[in-house]
Amino acid sequence: MSARVGVRLSPTPRMERIKTLLRTERLPHMWCPGCGLGILLKVFAEAVLESGIDPDKHVVVSGIGCTGRIAGYLRLDGYHVLHGRPIPFAVGLKTSRPDLEVTVISGDGDLLTIGGNHFIHAIRRNDDINVILVNNFNYGMTGGQYGATTPPGSRTLTSPYGHIEGAFNVPYLAAALGANFVARWTVLHERELKKAILEMFKVDGFALIEVISPCIIYGDMNSIPPLEMMKKFKENCVIDHDADLSKADLDPTGEKPIILGNFVRRERPSYQTLYSRIIEKARGGRRG
Amino acid sequence: MAVSVNGGLIKPGVYFMRGNEAAVEGALIAGCRFFAGYPITPSNEISARMSRRLPEVGGYFIQMEDEIASIMAVIGAAVGGVKSMTATSGPGFSLMQEAIGLAAMIEAPIVVIDVQRGGPSTGLPTLVGQGDIMQAQWGSHGDYSVIAYLPNSPQEMFNLTIEAFNSAWKYRVPVIVLADQTVGQMIEKVVVPPLEEIEIFDRIKPDVPPEEYKPYDKRYLIPPMAVAGEGYRVHMTGLTHDERGYPTTRHEVSQWLVRRLVEKVQANEREIAKWEEYETEDAKLVVVAFGITSRSAKRAVREARNRGLKVGLYRPITAWPFPYWRLEELVSKGAKVLVVEINMGQMVHVVREYVGKENVEHMPWAPGAVPPPEVILDRILEVYPQ
Repeated sequence: MSARVGVRLSPTPRMERIKTLLRTERLPHMWCPGCGLGILLKVFAEAVLESGIDPDKHVVVSGIGCTGRIAGYLRLDGYHVLHGRPIPFAVGLKTSRPDLEVTVISGDGDLLTIGGNHFIHAIRRNDDINVILVNNFNYGMTGGQYGATTPPGSRTLTSPYGHIEGAFNVPYLAAALGANFVARWTVLHERELKKAILEMFKVDGFALIEVISPCIIYGDMNSIPPLEMMKKFKENCVIDHDADLSKADLDPTGEKPIILGNFVRRERPSYQTLYSRIIEKARGGRRG
Repeated sequence: MAVSVNGGLIKPGVYFMRGNEAAVEGALIAGCRFFAGYPITPSNEISARMSRRLPEVGGYFIQMEDEIASIMAVIGAAVGGVKSMTATSGPGFSLMQEAIGLAAMIEAPIVVIDVQRGGPSTGLPTLVGQGDIMQAQWGSHGDYSVIAYLPNSPQEMFNLTIEAFNSAWKYRVPVIVLADQTVGQMIEKVVVPPLEEIEIFDRIKPDVPPEEYKPYDKRYLIPPMAVAGEGYRVHMTGLTHDERGYPTTRHEVSQWLVRRLVEKVQANEREIAKWEEYETEDAKLVVVAFGITSRSAKRAVREARNRGLKVGLYRPITAWPFPYWRLEELVSKGAKVLVVEINMGQMVHVVREYVGKENVEHMPWAPGAVPPPEVILDRILEVYPQ
């Protein structure tokens, strides 16, 4: 007699709705149980559907790492490029194809550690791209090494005695560099996150959302399992759109409040908008 | 330099132009509408002219934060269907290597002009070198093929940049214009022919609806290319992928993919490769030289002929694929070969592979100067078969 375990699940109505935007033949996805990336995938797909922009014009670019795999599950034009380099790839695509809505979805290690130079310069130039930076405080895919967002004191695969470096405070950094839109949400805050993504699609210029997500690798090493982490996102969060970002650094292992919100909205014209004026001027009104 | 424009493109005619600037005009005629780059000597005339000329033809210029960003932006534009290029020199070309592998892997057509300077490291920024021959083909990890051209004049900077775009989009490979400091910065006559006489190759578009489209369809050696925003919803990844573009670790897929990446150029090498010969028919010694070195070598060959020696010049115009078959033929008729290059030995290895070590002499030359004709002549006299 064969034994069966588990329950048979049928897709929820929410899943049915976004099915056209998923490469369902590639499911189940490769993320660990307890990872927050599946939630982001769902929320992002919903936002694309609700954006009013033809999904054919939405493009997702991602780098390497767990988050980097998101482009491969979305049935959109999707590009999974080099480690640290999705931002410049997206800049080239968006600059030469202004008709596209280009979103980078990648991890903290990819965008801020190896890719930190591109991150700061794309914000400074004010490139008209959307960036969803998933912060899980470590390099999950390679076994949990520390990176530029690992909070001091954390244990990781490569900081077994406790992490002695400082961490980037992402919204503070992006706001200081001049980003037109800066927000931070957790994967627990689905509705707020979706609203922020929809807002981001409307921004001309660099728009950033830091998405905080639990990671079982990081959780294991710091005695904070994903569910505990999600509880913390609920209990320790402070939603304050006008927060003093200099105090918005994170420590998910401690009791520090997790400051969330849509912090910055500016109207600085993007590189691409300004460049279109250069073309007009150089062509002296000629078309074609 | 003032350029008379014709719909934004340069007018046909005879110009006195710098090699790097001729390359820009060739690129624009070929359809280049996006340039991303980072300042580096001796390629700077390319980005400077691009920044002024691209908006005049409705194209886009951006100066990025480094060479890695530059080439990534170029690949990003290419997957959007926009002909795009960057320009650099040795150190920047080294930084671009990982991304050249990405372009090869996802089959994004890109053009890189590498105006070679003296190396290694920072080397001789303002002086000539030819040390990137091997890097051009083998610089990224793994197996893939590129096409690399070797211009020896501003006219060829113009012609071969057009050809580079055509080849990139025809074969969906990274194409390198391996110029050198002297060819890039010298000013010479450049003839721009009537535009209708210039052949331009555009993207091979999918001929099936999106639901039947596979980005790397197994039926093709070079699959038709859907670009972003057309409704084909393509997925491209630097991971080993199947014909749908989806990552896989299956060995038979790796076999199919990597072999094809190499075969795209290999199977078409006779169509792609180019070379030029001078006095080779009866030659007992064939000098192999390329780029600026070929011009000095030609003078040496002419002088040797004046002295009654049967010496010829074989000038590869493509480093990759290397036009080996004609050289094999000349050697099989009894010729010896002398390779002259501004490096300590790069193309000589390729030549030896085809015509045998025993038939090949070498004249290495350190970067910083073109070997003078009289020095090449001395070497010819030394190795000329008695």
